[in-house]
Amino acid sequence: MKAAIIVFPGSNREGDVRDALVAVTGTAPLMVWHRDTELPKVDLIVVPGGFSYGDYLRCGAIAAHSPVMREVKARADKGAAVLGICNGFQILTETGMLPGALLRNAGLAFVCRNVTLRVENTQTLFTAAYNQGQELSVPVAHHDGNYFADASTLDRLESNGQIAFRYVDNPNGSVRDIAGIFNETKNVLGLMPHPENATDGLLGSTDGLPLFRGMVEALA
Amino acid sequence: MKAKVHITLKPGVLDPQGRAVQNALTALGFAGVNGVRQGKFIEIDLASSDRKKAEADLKSMCEKLLANTVIENYSIELID
Repeated sequence: MKAAIIVFPGSNREGDVRDALVAVTGTAPLMVWHRDTELPKVDLIVVPGGFSYGDYLRCGAIAAHSPVMREVKARADKGAAVLGICNGFQILTETGMLPGALLRNAGLAFVCRNVTLRVENTQTLFTAAYNQGQELSVPVAHHDGNYFADASTLDRLESNGQIAFRYVDNPNGSVRDIAGIFNETKNVLGLMPHPENATDGLLGSTDGLPLFRGMVEALA
Repeated sequence: MKAKVHITLKPGVLDPQGRAVQNALTALGFAGVNGVRQGKFIEIDLASSDRKKAEADLKSMCEKLLANTVIENYSIELID
């Protein structure tokens, strides 16, 4: 599996995603700078967490219009797998690749701790290595993770199986406890928690590993 | 030509910052603050003097970048 990680000014989890991918594939992914308009042919594109462009205007808004994101969107439309984590999820909603938006946390505080997630749909290339309803311990670290979409969009997401993960104990006010969603064709996943930071016993949890292992298997 | 752009959260979208400001105002002794909604105010200086073009450009700027129309409304005011 060939993977690329998109790096923006202000990204800060790209190294963690790289380490997680190296751990399961044995090869380093390509790091692609945001100004690049050409993306090598890859099976998986990761938009990592951080604070792209200092979260100016809205989280992810400016990154969403960077040259490389046009190419990421075009690849996703052709079926490439795209994973957006935390700020990456915010960027994917700002590009319109995923529905809804991420608002300021309901409690206003920056939340940085492990949360329990429930796997809602295992019939995707991202989640096939989990069991339906499995509970995972994965860290979150965000100020704007409060997922919002209008009721008709939420109903559509639910009936299409587009909810990937829900919070068991909602840390940020997300509507219907949503922690992560797929696009309609299930080749794009965005989530606020950091599975790349739950890939080693030293980090307190390895519950993120099956996500990376599952992707490698599906995209091999 | 200058433009003033106001960006506000749509009705029904939770505004935790507005609520915190409301609580702080009440704590300061300002009675009767029934609600606070926080938004953004952006001033734009345009080279063009063509009003019609400026209006069209500003609308496009709001739709593409300045506002996220999933959660926000915008209003544009042109000043000659």
